[in-house]
Order: sequence, then structure tokens, then C-alpha cells
Amino acid sequence: MVGPAAAAGTEGTAGPRYDESPIVQVRDLSVFYSRTPALSGVNLDVYRHEIFGIIGPANSGKTSFLRALNRMDAFNPAMDVQGSVRINGKDINDWRNEYALRSRIGVVFPLPVGLPLTVYENVAFSPRLRGIRQKEKLDEVVERCLTRAALWDEVKDRLDSLGSLLSGGQQQRLTIARALAQEPELLLLDEFSIAVDPVTTMRIEDVLRELRTELTIVLVTNLVQQARRLADRTAFFLMGDLVEIGETEDLFEGKVKDERTTGYIEGRYG
Amino acid sequence: MDRRDLAWHVDRVARILVFVGGISAIIFIVGIFVFVTKEGLDFVFGSLDLGEFFTSIAWRPTSNNPTYGALALMVGTASVTGFAMLFSVPLSLGAALYIGEFATGKTREVLKVLVEMLAAIPSVVWGFVGMSIMNPLIIRVFDVPLGLGVLNAGLILGLMAAPIMTTIAEDALKAVPDTYREAAEALGATRWEVILKVVIPASKNGLLAAVLLGVGRGFGETMAVLMASGHAINLPTSPFDSVRALTATIAAELGETVNGSDHWGALFTLGIFLFLVTFIINLTADLVVRGIRKK
Repeated sequence: MVGPAAAAGTEGTAGPRYDESPIVQVRDLSVFYSRTPALSGVNLDVYRHEIFGIIGPANSGKTSFLRALNRMDAFNPAMDVQGSVRINGKDINDWRNEYALRSRIGVVFPLPVGLPLTVYENVAFSPRLRGIRQKEKLDEVVERCLTRAALWDEVKDRLDSLGSLLSGGQQQRLTIARALAQEPELLLLDEFSIAVDPVTTMRIEDVLRELRTELTIVLVTNLVQQARRLADRTAFFLMGDLVEIGETEDLFEGKVKDERTTGYIEGRYG
Repeated sequence: MDRRDLAWHVDRVARILVFVGGISAIIFIVGIFVFVTKEGLDFVFGSLDLGEFFTSIAWRPTSNNPTYGALALMVGTASVTGFAMLFSVPLSLGAALYIGEFATGKTREVLKVLVEMLAAIPSVVWGFVGMSIMNPLIIRVFDVPLGLGVLNAGLILGLMAAPIMTTIAEDALKAVPDTYREAAEALGATRWEVILKVVIPASKNGLLAAVLLGVGRGFGETMAVLMASGHAINLPTSPFDSVRALTATIAAELGETVNGSDHWGALFTLGIFLFLVTFIINLTADLVVRGIRKK
């Protein structure tokens, strides 16, 4: 459904679907690292086709929250996740095949991780996992995803060179293209602009705005203004607590319920 | 305050010591090569018949009419090493993958220590195992008259090389950053797919180095091969045939030859040959690794 035709029509259906059932439902989510709490009792919903921003200072539990969503706790034996996360109504722990769950959720890490493969193979990685073998089909996916990630023009002549030879900003767009090749319903971004120059950051933000028509984005960011630019709704995390959630504009215009939120947004602490 | 203080002098002395240490390794290697070549060269340019050396299996240095055909010795070394690699490469890579990618916590630590302990077993002990355990075992299991041969020496050599290969291969796997594994798993790859498509390609240089180190070990190993191979000059036609290795020949015969005689020179020629082969293996490995890196 995310063919070139769908990609062309970027306006019209944009915007969150608050009337439909949420794509992500989080209830009483707590995360501990060796018994030390990193996130305590978070409840929130993410709706389809919204960009859901999460802001908060370091150690506020933002990344732990993201990692819990696609069961990445499996990588870290010390990480303990409690509570429930439902994606499309199904509890993520009911997936007996966690790989199939992860294959439907795209993740972009803070520092770009170019797999030690060529540009082409990086993007073709997950289509190949899904069993796509035909060269034409892969070519099409690679071109479409690189184009969507605003990288195609820069790399179309060097698809066979190593992904790790690209610049930092290009690599981050490569990881976005790679995540898009999963054809995910949900895209998780964890402080993607940390290692990216401002110009590239703006380009990626444009990309994300367009992608909202096709999928749902959870955007963890350390840049308060980035949340303001992108997010439909924003959640503020502080020291493992979800302090408040609101329409992004409301939060930034001072319609907050909690003093701490204003303090963070206005930069009184960071 | 421009005084040469203690730290300045310590720095100077440390630099010199490290330089001497570094340069001495090179000097020793060059020295060994020069020495071995010097001892063998007179023979190589004197009484050696190169055709005979490479094509004849008649190694009769002590006969009245001595011949120096080293073919059987070369084949002996090659067959034993080849056989050893045949089973120890998959074994070691499998062990390295298990320790590096699947085992966690205590299991992992215990296995690592055990493997490193295996690497420390002296070769004469392996030779003893070959003679007193493997030999009767092979005779009984395969119903053959003698259990000392390619199979026995190959198994022993493979077991000897496996711990080193495992350790080096595991180091190579560990050098692959965890972020690669995470990124690939986040794309929905299973553990096995991650290993096959990301970890192994990323560590192939190190894995290749591990295998080549094992091959080098096989070529150079002397005592265990001497004890387990049967030490008979023979072109093997089955895994149960006895063979004789280049190294074992040098070890067994050098003590009984007259210094400077043709026999002495012939043994050193075997040494030169071994040296060249190892050198070529290492050079090839280096070129292959560089080739991979360039791409």
C-alpha cells in the first residue's frame, strides 16, 4: 500500500486519527535495570498517523520506554519490563515470535548504525528477510525507501559502496530508509538528530512529516523545539515518571497542568 | 623551568627499551631465517637434485647411495594438516559461535577458561594421547592393524589447534559491535540470521586469521605428529596409513647427523621449505585480508 502512488499523495489524509482505536496502548509500564527503576507506571496511548513526541532530560526513561515497545529488553538481561503494551490491540508478550513483532516496527537509534554491508544491502536487509528475492523487486524497494529518506540523489551512484563510508547525516538517513524498507506501521526514533548536522536534521524532519500519512511515529527527542516542530502530541518524562501528555501546541503555549513541564520547556533545567 | 626532570628521563629510557624489544623480535626472525638458509644453502646448490626432492618419495639419507626425495614428507604434513583442519575448523568456529553469541553469564566464563586451558596442554601429552588412547581405539573401532596414521595424527592435531582457533575466532566475533546485532534484530532478523548475515561477514578477517593460525599450527607441530602419525615414509592412500611429517623428520634425525654433511644440509633444506610455505600462507592471508578491506 506504500507504493509510489501512495507516496505521491502526501496531503489530504494527514493527521492523527483520534477517533480510531490507538495503535499503541501502554498500561502501567515500568522498567527496571537490576531493580533500579528507570520508568514507573506509565499509561499512554499513541494514535494512528500521529507523531507522538517524548521529551525529557537525560535519565528520564525515554529510551527505556522505546526499548520496551518492541521487546528490545531481550538484549539486556538486567532489563526488566512490567506492565502491558498492546500494539494493534495485541499484547506484545503474546507474540511467540518476537522477531516477527520487531519486523513490523522500525527503529532508528541515536547514533546511526550502518550495518557492515553496502548501501544497497542495508536497505534490502529486511525485504530479504521477508523472502523477497527478485532483483527488480528489491531494486524498486531500495530506490523507493532511499527516495523517501531523502538520500537517493546522494547515493544512487554508490549503492555498492559500504554504508559505513557515508557521512554521519547520510548514515542516519540510511537507517531511516532501512527502517522504511520494513514497511512498518510504527516507526520509533530515538534522538535521531544527535549526530546529524542541522541542515540534515531539517531534511529528515520534512521526511518524517510526510511519512505521517503512511505510518505512526514515536519520536523521542532531546530537542524540545524539535518536538514542537514535529509532534502532534507530546509527553514529558522526568526521572522515570510520565509527568504529562498534551497537544504539543498547548504545552508550548503554557497550557500545562504541571509546573515542571513549563520549567523544562522554558529551559530552566535540562 | 626548562629542566629535564625524572619523567623526561623515564620517558627516554622507556622509549629505548620498547624500541629494543620491538626491533629484537624482527632481528630474531631474520636471524633464524639467515641461519637456517645458510646451513641449508650449501646443500641446495651442491648435491641437491631439486627434481628428486620434490617428486621422489625415497628419503634415504643414511643409505650408501643416499637419496633425498621429500615428496612423501610433504604429502605427510599436508595430509595430516588437511585432515586436522577438516574437522577442527567447523568444530572451532561452532565453539566460538556458541561461546561468543549464545552462551551467557557463568556458562560463557567457564567455557572460555576451559578452552584456554586446553590450549595450554603440552604437545607431548597430545602425542601420548594419540599413542595410548587413540591408537587402540582406532584399531578396535575400524578393525585395522595399526592406529597410528593420518587419522590419528589428524585428530590429535585438530584437537590441538581447536582451542587456539576458538579463542581467536571468539575474539573476532566479540570485536563486532553489539550495536550491529541490535540494529539487525530490530529489523526483525532472528539470532541465526544476525549471525549469518551480519556478524560473520563483519568478522570474516578475524575468522580467516583464526583458521590460518590453525593451519600454521598444523604445519609446525612436531612432537604430537611424530608420535601419532606412525612416522613411516609412505604416500597415504587411506586415512589409516602411516605417514611421516617434515617437522617430525627434522626432529627425529637432526641429532644423529654429522654437522655439515649432506644429510644435515638436507634437513635444513626441509626447514627452508617449511619456512617458505608458512611465509606464503601468511602472505596470502595478509593479501586476502587487505583485499577484503579495500572492497
